[in-house]
Amino acid sequence: MVAPADGSAVVEVRGVRYSAGPRLIFDGLDVTVRQGSITAVMGPSGTGKTTLLRLLTGQAFASAGSVRVLGQDVAALRSSALFGLRRRMGMLFQNGALLTDLNVFENVAFPVREHARLPEPVLRRLVLMKLEAVGLRGAEKLMPQELSGGMARRVALARAIVMDPELLVYDEPFVGLDPVSMGVVLRLIRHLNDALGITSIVVSHDVAEVGSIADYSYLLAGGRAVAHGTTAELNASADPMVRQFMQGHSDGPVPFHYPAGSYVDSLLDGTDLSGKVAR
Amino acid sequence: MTAALRHIGAVAIFLVRVLAACLPALRRPGLIVRQIYNSGARSLIIIMLCGLVVGMIMGLAFSDMLARFGSESALGIAAGLALLKELGPVLTALLFAGRAGTSLASEIGLMRATDQLTAMQVMAVDPLRYVVAPRFLGGVLAMPLLACIFNILGLFGAQLIGVSMMGVDGGTFWSQMQNQIDVGDVNEGLVKSLVFGVVCTLMAVFHGYHAEPTAEGVGLATTRTVISSSVLVLLFDYMLTAAFL
Repeated sequence: MVAPADGSAVVEVRGVRYSAGPRLIFDGLDVTVRQGSITAVMGPSGTGKTTLLRLLTGQAFASAGSVRVLGQDVAALRSSALFGLRRRMGMLFQNGALLTDLNVFENVAFPVREHARLPEPVLRRLVLMKLEAVGLRGAEKLMPQELSGGMARRVALARAIVMDPELLVYDEPFVGLDPVSMGVVLRLIRHLNDALGITSIVVSHDVAEVGSIADYSYLLAGGRAVAHGTTAELNASADPMVRQFMQGHSDGPVPFHYPAGSYVDSLLDGTDLSGKVAR
Repeated sequence: MTAALRHIGAVAIFLVRVLAACLPALRRPGLIVRQIYNSGARSLIIIMLCGLVVGMIMGLAFSDMLARFGSESALGIAAGLALLKELGPVLTALLFAGRAGTSLASEIGLMRATDQLTAMQVMAVDPLRYVVAPRFLGGVLAMPLLACIFNILGLFGAQLIGVSMMGVDGGTFWSQMQNQIDVGDVNEGLVKSLVFGVVCTLMAVFHGYHAEPTAEGVGLATTRTVISSSVLVLLFDYMLTAAFL
């Protein structure tokens, strides 16, 4: 497979093997993310998209292969070095993961307070600038419980960029958003990536949305990247799995049903769901 | 047996990690004061009410029992010793486990379930320093204060019933207490409440921190907090009582 060519590699995943308990998630995964790009990681549910982000942020470690982020081998880092690497990264969680006992301003200020000793006026200006960038400067005093899903996601985005990261990872940023909020978040991802000169990885299965802003995309299935390329290249692919995923067909190599025995036999064999034979 | 030993080992390692995180946490006294308020001040009503009622019960029961031996005048010392050395620390700890312990466990468990702890780790912030250590210190510091308040209200309750209703002489009640209870008895109660503070708060933060990130997991964490805290408080009470004999 051909990896994206432009720019130096910010993320290099090579031959990664990873299991969660008895279940093999990755078996020889290769992913390359180039500097300054927006890279989409797509795939059916349960293919390990979020697990890939956990490997990149050092929350999980591969049993084989290597994961290099910003030039460092994540698995080889000691705790302090791993924390140092994480300071150069930002992550947007699926549900925002805002700290519920802090208001919007304090949530965005949180990483700065923890890692830098900025005078309060400077910190205030910095936080307001980031909130302005996501359109929520007026919401600085609200508590997370008072925010809609889209607003919470944008506050989390402001928090993720407040330390000016070199790499920003988004975990399912469009889940549960209305079309307006989704459009706002989409534009923000593109805008922040270009304006701040950072590198972005967007994990999503909203093919059309993420495809519209991604410079390069990976499609994960069966524990590896089954296809990668620009959105146009993936849309033009003749591979049945790629076509099924990109066009959202229910029939194809990716089964709709979880593996099971005969449907008729299940209905007629006289056992209830607990495995006991019904009288 | 192996699982139990593994669990004890996990708690011990967690305690060491929390203690290591306490030093950096001390640089943020605001966080600790907030947790003393959450664990201590918010438990005040129930502690005061229970202390008063326990004292009143002692005033009734001890007056009756001591009257059988013609020693009603010993009510002050009996109530004082029982409260300072045993009932104060133990009952405060059990109430603390039910009120503040469950609150701590469910709060931290929910933070786990909503990815707040993971988000901190990804932001290169150690949740043990920011979340667990301040709560641990707050709980440990709050417990002796709550036990003192429990004891004061308990003595007041015992005096209220014993002297006002059961006819024990007020002067004898207080003078016997002053003469017979020494600093050692007070220290025993203080040491016990400190140890119980460590036990109850450790159980709460341990089970909350390791809760499964589901609604059922958070519920299980609070249940485990109450059960393990209660059993350990009684176990440690026996050991400390034996040590102070």
